[in-house]
Amino acid sequence: MSGYRATPATNAREAAEWSTRRVFANNLRAIVGRAYPRIIGLTREPSWIFFEILLPFLAVSAFVFVYRALEAPEEYIGFVVLGGAVTAFWLNVVWMMAAQFYWEKDQGNLELYFTAPMHLMSILAGMAIGGLVMTSSRALAVIGIGSLLFGVTYDVREPFLLAAVFLLTMIPLYGLGMLFASLFLLWGREAFHLAQLLQEPIYFLGGVNFPLRALGAVSGFVAAVLPLAVGLDAMRQLAFSGAETNGLLPVGTEMLILGAMAVVFLVGARYALAYLEHLARREGRLTLRWQ
Amino acid sequence: MPAESAIHARGLSRVYKAKPQPVTALGGVDLDVEPGEFFGLLGPNGAGKTTLIKILTTLLLPTSGTAKVAGFDVVTETAKIRRVINMVSGGEQSGYGLLTTREQLWMFSQFYGLPTREGWRRVDELIEITGLTEQRDQKVRTLSTGQRQKLNFARGMLNDPWVLFLDEPTLGLDVGAARDLREHTLAWRAAAPGRTVLLTTHYMVEAEQLCDRIAIVDRGMVLALGTPEELRRRVQAESIFRIELDRLPDDGLATLAALPGVLSAVPADLDGSDGAGADRVALKVALADDSALTSVVTAVAERGAHLVGLAKSEPSLEDVFVELVGRGFGDQGSDS
Repeated sequence: MSGYRATPATNAREAAEWSTRRVFANNLRAIVGRAYPRIIGLTREPSWIFFEILLPFLAVSAFVFVYRALEAPEEYIGFVVLGGAVTAFWLNVVWMMAAQFYWEKDQGNLELYFTAPMHLMSILAGMAIGGLVMTSSRALAVIGIGSLLFGVTYDVREPFLLAAVFLLTMIPLYGLGMLFASLFLLWGREAFHLAQLLQEPIYFLGGVNFPLRALGAVSGFVAAVLPLAVGLDAMRQLAFSGAETNGLLPVGTEMLILGAMAVVFLVGARYALAYLEHLARREGRLTLRWQ
Repeated sequence: MPAESAIHARGLSRVYKAKPQPVTALGGVDLDVEPGEFFGLLGPNGAGKTTLIKILTTLLLPTSGTAKVAGFDVVTETAKIRRVINMVSGGEQSGYGLLTTREQLWMFSQFYGLPTREGWRRVDELIEITGLTEQRDQKVRTLSTGQRQKLNFARGMLNDPWVLFLDEPTLGLDVGAARDLREHTLAWRAAAPGRTVLLTTHYMVEAEQLCDRIAIVDRGMVLALGTPEELRRRVQAESIFRIELDRLPDDGLATLAALPGVLSAVPADLDGSDGAGADRVALKVALADDSALTSVVTAVAERGAHLVGLAKSEPSLEDVFVELVGRGFGDQGSDS
């Protein structure tokens, strides 16, 4: 029965004294631990291929046929396919980041997260990284199938810059999801409706199926608040020839906006989480699954 | 310098906002649990047991009063408390159903910062100890209720906690699974001296079997606190023995009743009769303390009767609860 024992400390006070390095390592491991179920889920739930690739692909196809019927410029087909791929990330952010704490509460996980020694931001980061890895495979599948079926031609002159823009888009996008995770939990039962509210309007405002510039005056506001919209606009400029003319802002400017958004959303998520924890402990709800 | 309490609470109260009026879940609890102690909180639903655990595990703030776990304040030193505690609740559905038993435990081990390899080693040890070897690669969502609770118990052991909170851990389990869990808990405690367990339960037998000391709580108040033996003595100061003889002593019961230390000696029920059966009789003898029993047995033998059976009659914890509260366990509202 010696297997019950694990820690070498001789008393509880000693066991509670952790070095900064140990605290840091604990949080890194918590990120990996929380990312694990999302990544491993890829191999456990093959139904995602149907629901998250084939079904969304029908919407992409509809826009492709509309553009073809209207004899729109050929890069518009690529815009739609790329938009369809990025949509997967937005869906992931809304349903598996923003609404996640709400589900975690119902399962009883949230109170275990609260009583464990890692910071809750590590749990959110793990959810984000796991979601990013999981969704990247889906997004790549959409791009691959779409490009093959519709004969999309890419003109990537700066692949590293494109990769950088992609990563820079994902940071504020998932940062927004981390921020929403706390807010959705505060709003309780409205979380489901909020998630739905954030879905279709964002498809429209994000310019998923058309160049962001087409929104006219609204596009400026959208660019200021929606990382999906700005990032997608920048990626389109870097992936298709002639797309610069359809771009809302120069890529460099959009990268700066994305960087600023990343800071704002991540710091916001940190504060929202602190407020959530304080409220949870003060009010006696939020973490307790039967209340 | 005296050893620091594993759990220390003074005037701990918690009031929930509610309509039409606030609900007092805890009404000023004083408690000291020593390191290495297995301490039970026994009370009906709504007694405040879960609220107390939530405060001690840093999930809730007290409305007033102070509480410390392992010497750390539950309000201001939450990070340190969380490094040395763990909690297992009855009916817990934590984790992710698509993970296997082994993966789920490993995931939780990462939340406690166990290095990857050590985490897997510890997970495998705990799987073996809790008897989940056959389910180690089975998805969590396919486990039975009993297996699931064993998994939760293993999760609670991952960080080898110094203070373990068990909140109704055997709730909803069948007899065998509940017994297994109780045995695991005792085995862990034997293997880990200095570890403290706070158990909430409304199963009397569980509290009696596991706990060194028990606090009987009701409506947010500690009504009585002591070892199971001390609590029983609260409702019964004298020792009562049931003695079965092959016949009555030659001079009846008067001599027995007059012996030093004997408070009373009266016929007791035997097989539905009033103390007299075909080939034996039963007596109920009340003693000031157990030491008077020897003289009773000797006196019986000297008067021509033979001892057939002897049993000490003790009140149960339920008797203690009824005596203290004036009602049984079954007629309460839901716990807060």
